[in-house]
Amino acid sequence: MSYYHHFVIPFTAGLLFLVIVVAAKWIIWIKGLNNQQKRQVKGNIFTKKSLLATWEVLAESLFHRKVFKKNFLLGYMHMSLALGWFLLIAMGNLETRIFTHGQLNPPYVPIFFEFFEHDLSTLRYKEIFTFVMDFLLLFVLSGVALAYFKRATSKPLGMKQATKHAFVDKLALTSLWLIFPLRLAAESVTAGLYGTGGFFTRWLGEAIAPLPAIDMLYYPLWWAYSLSLGLFFISVPFTRYMHIPTETLLIFLRKYGIKETEKHTSYTQVELNACSRCGICIDSCQLSSELGISSSQSTYFLKSLRDKKATDYLTETCMLCGRCDYSCPVGIENSTIRLNQRRESPATGTSFGYVPAIEASKGKIAFFAGCMGQLTPSVTRATLALFDAADVEYTHIDKDATICCGRPLQVNGEENAARELAQKNKQLIEGTGAEALVTTCPICARIFAESYELSIPVYHHTQFLYQLAASGQLKLAPSNNLITYHDPCELGRGLGVYDEPRELLKFAGNLVEVKSSKTNSLCCGGSLAITSINQQQRNQMARKTLQSIGANDVDFVATACPLCKKTFTAASDENAILDISEILVKAFANTKQSSKPEQKQTAKETSTVN
Amino acid sequence: MIDFGFTPFAAGVTDLDKANLSLAKQITEHEPSFNLCISCGSCSATCTAGQFTKFSFRVMCHQIRKGNTTLAIEEASKCMLCGKCTLICPRNVNTRNIIRLVRKAQTTTP
Repeated sequence: MSYYHHFVIPFTAGLLFLVIVVAAKWIIWIKGLNNQQKRQVKGNIFTKKSLLATWEVLAESLFHRKVFKKNFLLGYMHMSLALGWFLLIAMGNLETRIFTHGQLNPPYVPIFFEFFEHDLSTLRYKEIFTFVMDFLLLFVLSGVALAYFKRATSKPLGMKQATKHAFVDKLALTSLWLIFPLRLAAESVTAGLYGTGGFFTRWLGEAIAPLPAIDMLYYPLWWAYSLSLGLFFISVPFTRYMHIPTETLLIFLRKYGIKETEKHTSYTQVELNACSRCGICIDSCQLSSELGISSSQSTYFLKSLRDKKATDYLTETCMLCGRCDYSCPVGIENSTIRLNQRRESPATGTSFGYVPAIEASKGKIAFFAGCMGQLTPSVTRATLALFDAADVEYTHIDKDATICCGRPLQVNGEENAARELAQKNKQLIEGTGAEALVTTCPICARIFAESYELSIPVYHHTQFLYQLAASGQLKLAPSNNLITYHDPCELGRGLGVYDEPRELLKFAGNLVEVKSSKTNSLCCGGSLAITSINQQQRNQMARKTLQSIGANDVDFVATACPLCKKTFTAASDENAILDISEILVKAFANTKQSSKPEQKQTAKETSTVN
Repeated sequence: MIDFGFTPFAAGVTDLDKANLSLAKQITEHEPSFNLCISCGSCSATCTAGQFTKFSFRVMCHQIRKGNTTLAIEEASKCMLCGKCTLICPRNVNTRNIIRLVRKAQTTTP
């Protein structure tokens, strides 16, 4: 028995084209991986990691778990389309397989089975199959209906702003939206004429059967259904729908341990193509929510890079705060890709020949306050006072003069210039013979940890002080003050330090945890990675961030970054904004005064002291 | 000419009608806060690079305004972009962006 009709050609040709292009791209990408990445693939492909990746593909690509976490309706919309369509294909294949007694059919047979076979009386489990196929079609159509609705208004689906799409994307979207209504129409007309179909298509078919000339629609509808499928398949490699096949590859490569490096690699191509341009990154970006800059977010930047048309505006209009990295349902390393793009075309012409070699006295712990430390001497004083209190043998290596750590140059793409400064600082650090490096600045801590390749561990002062406090070496007595904590971008999302600052603050007072914290915390607005926004815009962001951490309801706002402290202080004169070390100094003072009656300091008084 | 008892050095005189002010125009266009500068010198006082060498953001701005593009570019090359001057500036001049614009001008101007 052979099934064929000319109308299957658009579908079959489209599918063939898609399979060939996707296979070719996968091969090119995998071949293009660097040797280290290839070793990671080879070393992990036959391990448990492949199973875990398969599980993640199911959870993310079919069930869209992360999108569900963002918004239920948005998750349902994506799940009904992806899982529904997948099951429709799978069940269709099963149905035709059983009907043709295990015969291997061309791919178009299950898709157009209702057209080819009007008499299913010999099909086993016929009732179940016809019911399930109709049910799945309705399931998918409910997602399509939500998608129509989302175009009109995306707010109920949890998105304030949706991506503005290119023309080809809109064309592909239209063909995708037509596929399932056309399938319903074709199957219903067939059901009306030949008595096929399940509970829904049969009902609809019988309802429309009495209409005049309904049989004239029979062939045109099956043609239209096949054409919409073919058009969609052909459009996939040129549009955002390339994310469907690419995300699968991305999940596997990521599970094998592959990450972005300091340069674009072929893995970057996989990430660029895995972006679905859903636009969730737009809402998470403070440039958009606070300043109304809604044209440079990752969704647009990644597309421009994929099209090899990345402009300076797109590359540079980003704070590299990392919020979009954590909101992205595909888990694309947006910030790293953007930073690497900055590295591709740095502003040239730095000359640091004038920077002398600095030496510092020897000590067990090397303490570096950094440039921002020079602007916030109270933080340095407080930290060193705590070191003294805990009998730490330290050497303050940039007491007289600070060479910038290089991170500000690095985040602006000037990698070589940053390395030049790093070299000078590295000599300084290694010259002290210290066992560990401690810095009060998360910006410095990040580049020390990620790029300096030091032989000694690097600690942010909150990590180091926590060790001292937890071991009892630093004695602290908490007060009744309410404290809220602001996660600095470079310390939290950058270095993954969330717990130590919080644990430390519990030694000093009552920590109030807020909703927008940890990976979801807002940037203070002081980011060094963007130069095009002005001070007023930064202040605007800072005020919003203070609001988000409940600054008005507490005695102290604690931060762990001197730049955050400066930015907040510039934007607001109503709050007492202190570094954790400054709060701890009070807690240390409490241990001395514990015998005396407690003096309650108000937030106002404290802010003037500092 | 009136005799004031002193005369300016010829080398220090800029004829603004003849000076090439394209860089100043370009910067003003992209970073209007350039014109807010009152030359107070806070930026120079706090400068990280200024600890080690003769470098002054304020002086660089003068050179830009006088059309001494080469000198301005040379000055800008010393900046470490640490951002202290931006935080300290009483006029909210976006200093780092000006430095970036001067550095970019080096690659675009002949």
